[in-house]
Amino acid sequence: MTNAAPILAIDGLTMRFGGIVAINELSFTAQRRQITALIGPNGAGKTTVFNCITGFYRPSGGTMTLVHDDDATFRLDRLHDFRICKYAKVARTFQNIRLFPGMTALENLMVAQHNTLMRASGFSLLGLLSAPSFRAAERQAIDLAREWLQRIGLLDRADDAAGNLPYGDQRRLESARAMCAQPALLCLDEPAAGLNANESAALSDLLLSIRDDIGTSILLIEHDMSVVMEISDHIVVLDHGVKIADGAPRAVRDDPKVVAAYLGADEEDAAAVMEGGA
Amino acid sequence: MAVPAPHPASTEPSAGLGFILKKAVISALVALVLFFLMIGIRTEAGPSGQLIYWTRFGELAAIVGAVFVGSIVIELLRRWIGPVGGVELPASVRGGFAVLGRLLAPALLIFALLVPVIFYKERYLLDLAILVMTYVMLGWGLNIVVGLAGLLDLGYVAFYAVGAYSYALLAQSGLPFPHFIDTYPYVALDFQQLGPWAFWVLLPVSGLLAALWGVILGFPVLRLRGDYLAIVTLAFGEIIRLVILNWQDLTGGPNGISGIPRPTVFGIPLTPGEHGFAAMIGVPFSPTHRLVFLFYLILALALITNWVTIRLRALPIGRAWEAMREDEVACRALGINITTTKLSAFAIGAMFGGFAGAFFATRQGFISPESFSFQESALVLAIVVLGGMGSQLGVALAAIAMIGGFELFRGLDQFRMLVFGGVMVLLMIWRPRGLIGHRAPTVFLQKRTEISASLVKEGHG
Repeated sequence: MTNAAPILAIDGLTMRFGGIVAINELSFTAQRRQITALIGPNGAGKTTVFNCITGFYRPSGGTMTLVHDDDATFRLDRLHDFRICKYAKVARTFQNIRLFPGMTALENLMVAQHNTLMRASGFSLLGLLSAPSFRAAERQAIDLAREWLQRIGLLDRADDAAGNLPYGDQRRLESARAMCAQPALLCLDEPAAGLNANESAALSDLLLSIRDDIGTSILLIEHDMSVVMEISDHIVVLDHGVKIADGAPRAVRDDPKVVAAYLGADEEDAAAVMEGGA
Repeated sequence: MAVPAPHPASTEPSAGLGFILKKAVISALVALVLFFLMIGIRTEAGPSGQLIYWTRFGELAAIVGAVFVGSIVIELLRRWIGPVGGVELPASVRGGFAVLGRLLAPALLIFALLVPVIFYKERYLLDLAILVMTYVMLGWGLNIVVGLAGLLDLGYVAFYAVGAYSYALLAQSGLPFPHFIDTYPYVALDFQQLGPWAFWVLLPVSGLLAALWGVILGFPVLRLRGDYLAIVTLAFGEIIRLVILNWQDLTGGPNGISGIPRPTVFGIPLTPGEHGFAAMIGVPFSPTHRLVFLFYLILALALITNWVTIRLRALPIGRAWEAMREDEVACRALGINITTTKLSAFAIGAMFGGFAGAFFATRQGFISPESFSFQESALVLAIVVLGGMGSQLGVALAAIAMIGGFELFRGLDQFRMLVFGGVMVLLMIWRPRGLIGHRAPTVFLQKRTEISASLVKEGHG
């Protein structure tokens, strides 16, 4: 029943900004119902990869293929802008939180269900007449939002403005909002940034439950290695727009190239450090 | 100058006297520079065309002194009754205000319904009430674009003009292209055959045409934001006005169009004859009947605008408008089509502007480009901003205050604008986000809590 093909296959992805090559011939796959982490030092091109996948940039070259559970296949490099979320079902969060601060937590989650509700409202005509079919769809949307608020522990703050929530709550609300778009692939850009140890642990649990209970595949950019090592099934390491390692968390952690990239040393030095340390 | 040292506890009004004086001196200096040439030196053309000038330093000193004192007074007012650090009202009083606030809208509605009854004998007041309601409707229409979708539109009057001219031209001459009618007689529509029904058939047509122009304006400005959007919409408003002014064959240019059909009570004309409305219901004819009817007509149109806006706000499209105002990038990431969302806001806002325009044309019986100047756009935008962007009640209150207040100060002649400007400045100091600045959520689980204005974004364009 489960589709064996990887949910996302990226092949030869290249992104140039003028003369600068931000991503060079990047290829990797993200497996279905797994958490794939994309790590690398600052400026490695991780967010650029995200922007290509989610349609904010049009890649200069390469292909990105997304396959749904039902074998529906989307070429993300050919889709653009809002269509990536609407049709290919890829939802994302942002490195610097982008909630709708003047709307309540519940409203934020309702906006995420825009396309479903828009169809149900007959492009506003049935909605204006308050048709029963639309009211039922609206109730369903509220139930889904309520379920997510419960999961992230914000049910009692549902009617507070999102901009009034503490930082950690805003981070979780943004993830929940992306999930309310009912994505096949969830892309999280540094979800643990600025969280304390407790909040990070809660976030890890949330992401694991998204993978295991809902079955959504996750692509994750993260600097917090405790989170990455704990929850990732697979790690891709980028440096200067090039993939330098790809594999299971343990293998990646011990890869001298990765250590070198993070420590800023060249390869021989890093190898020497690793050997000396061992 | 002996400036006292700032007091450590800056909450006291006396603290920061130095700051207040410094601010006043700076304001006075700015005024001096500004007014030195404008007021300090008076120039005139002499009898043979040569330049005559003389100095007026006394007036200049008076103005600069007034700015100095005014700056101190405003700063003091700000400290005592400003938006921050105001006196906390006791709970019972605040509860009372909340009840009053909830009752305000129904009370206004009932009052509006009774206006023709109360002021039946006061022709001038009835006329004013119709004018106020027209601006309430325009404000509510623009509120969709500016308040909800956050798109700063300085050319709203263009849609008002499109509505008015659509109605006037179609009602007078059918499809306004004689050669077109000659070539294709079977599709030629002569709306004069509609007779008394002209207004009722052409009202929706005018609205739809205005909506079409809303979309036409919307396309080129899709990628523009903020100031750039404002400039382009302003230009669009001027283009429409200039086309109307210069396309003499069609629009009559500066002479305008007269003899526009008057509205009928669903086909029954408001005339003195035996087929008139008065004869029909068996009362003696009075010209006030038309005013009363026009008032209820614009009230109904405005209430429809209000109802549609309130409904749309709670629908996915309205939520997308507000979400777009808050963060456009996040909207795109959630699969919301920004293009259609923006265009729908422009189109629906423009449609209500078009309805108001058709009403304006039928009420006046005469229209000319003069009625559609930039000043109208600015006035309607001021109503929306003053009312509190996105608040329906706020916009209605602001329209009453602006249009009604403007008439109230008519006796002051040339000082009217001065009073008006002063009141605007004071209001912006007390309520920088408009009369009703907070936002009511469209959906709630437990309790509808109002969202403070400081969190709500004004939109980037």
